[in-house]
Amino acid sequence: MGWFGLLFGPNGWAPLLLKGTVITVLLSVTTIPFGFGGGLLLAVLKLSRNRTVRILCDAYTTFFRGIPDLLSLFIVYFGLQSLLNMLANWLGDAWRIEMNAFIAGVIALSVVVAAYSSEVWVASLKAVPAGQFDAAKSLGLHARQTFFHVVLPQLMRVALPGLGNIWTILVKDTSLISTLAVMDLLRAASEASRATTRPLVFYGAAAAIYLIFSIFSGIGQTYLERRANQGYA
Amino acid sequence: MMLNQIADYAGAFVDIDLLSEWGYRLLRGLWITAEVVVLSCTIGFLLAYPIAKARMSRYVLLSAPAVGYVTFFRGTPLLCQLYLAYYGAGEMRPFLTQVDLWWFFRDAFYCCIFAFSLNTAAYQSEIMRGAIMSVPKGQLEAAHALGLSRYATARHIVWPQAMLVALRPFGNELIGMIKASALAAIVTLLDLMGETRFVFARTFDFAIYVYCAIIYLAMTQAISRIWNRLERGLSRHLLAGQPAALVLSPAGRKGQAGALDPVSAGH
Repeated sequence: MGWFGLLFGPNGWAPLLLKGTVITVLLSVTTIPFGFGGGLLLAVLKLSRNRTVRILCDAYTTFFRGIPDLLSLFIVYFGLQSLLNMLANWLGDAWRIEMNAFIAGVIALSVVVAAYSSEVWVASLKAVPAGQFDAAKSLGLHARQTFFHVVLPQLMRVALPGLGNIWTILVKDTSLISTLAVMDLLRAASEASRATTRPLVFYGAAAAIYLIFSIFSGIGQTYLERRANQGYA
Repeated sequence: MMLNQIADYAGAFVDIDLLSEWGYRLLRGLWITAEVVVLSCTIGFLLAYPIAKARMSRYVLLSAPAVGYVTFFRGTPLLCQLYLAYYGAGEMRPFLTQVDLWWFFRDAFYCCIFAFSLNTAAYQSEIMRGAIMSVPKGQLEAAHALGLSRYATARHIVWPQAMLVALRPFGNELIGMIKASALAAIVTLLDLMGETRFVFARTFDFAIYVYCAIIYLAMTQAISRIWNRLERGLSRHLLAGQPAALVLSPAGRKGQAGALDPVSAGH
């Protein structure tokens, strides 16, 4: 059968690939608040006055940036699993929780993305002049107002290129989750090619979808960066 | 007596039994990982220059395919590319047998080298392009005014300056490749990651993943340190006593000054 029939024919595999694409997008999008938020938290802690906190956060970042992403995912995934088992053994079988592979995947990706993005956040936090904090204080803004109305807009301008870079890494890293039994785009392609013995068609289709996704991400990034740079020309 | 005591102390941190029984497998895997990384990066380096040149060419017939190549390999997951090579080759078996290339693609090791080389070539070509373009135009005009030939300009003016700019991104790429090579385990290659998975499947001892992580960490940290020294040595003439990163990184380039950035490769 031709590739068109395999994908869009009456028993075509396009719906499965589409479902996989939705999962891939969901995985990426769900990871963003936890990953980038965790990274920002790490960055603030790294700039803290407490030496122990600083060292711990640096160690976390060095560890997860220095090992393969696949290994990080395995460590978090299997680590979580044994943690849950330990908890169940301790509290009794009523507390035994089946780990949802999607949630575990989001947690694992967030751990990696937090480590990656914390460096970007640190660099951009340092780029906000100290005078801005002083000025906010003298205007009587409290901490939250200072952060959201004074620091964050300036922060984002510097952070966006780095975060965009990490976003593209994240989208590609979701493909690793396919090894943990989540039916994402790549795993859907694997299923289809195993059933039809036509891997070139389905991995080719998956690659095309990833490519389209990354091209649109690039366009979105340019737009966001232009928006954040308004008034700086 | 003494040895036992040492073993006891060490045992608090390291599971000696696990390592003495399975450690040799990790070392064997480490060797495969090293082979894959060194071969892929070298082949990728050789491929990268023509790609970078094609991409900078005035002729669309040369630059368009190069742009397509780079966009494809940077825009899709490496795992997907690896599957395309490994399983795709299986589908093309009759053809590959005919052209006598089946022995190459049958082997997971060669398939990994194939996919990784093409992938890193795309990233490395972008590094080269950026480095070549970072050489100020005035340098070329000066070379032209002095009547230097195209070869002499490239050899004595462009490359020495471009390579210094490219050094750090190349280091990042090497580290990125070490990390990315773990994917080889998914297509059954017994590299460091593959052997670790094998041992875990036998022992269900989570600690083996931690040892694996320590080995990877040692590798990436070692490269990072070697590269810092290398860069300091090679850029001594630029500004005595200043860290090279301050001289080399123009403001706004990704990655912080002073340390290698293993993330910027982004496979």
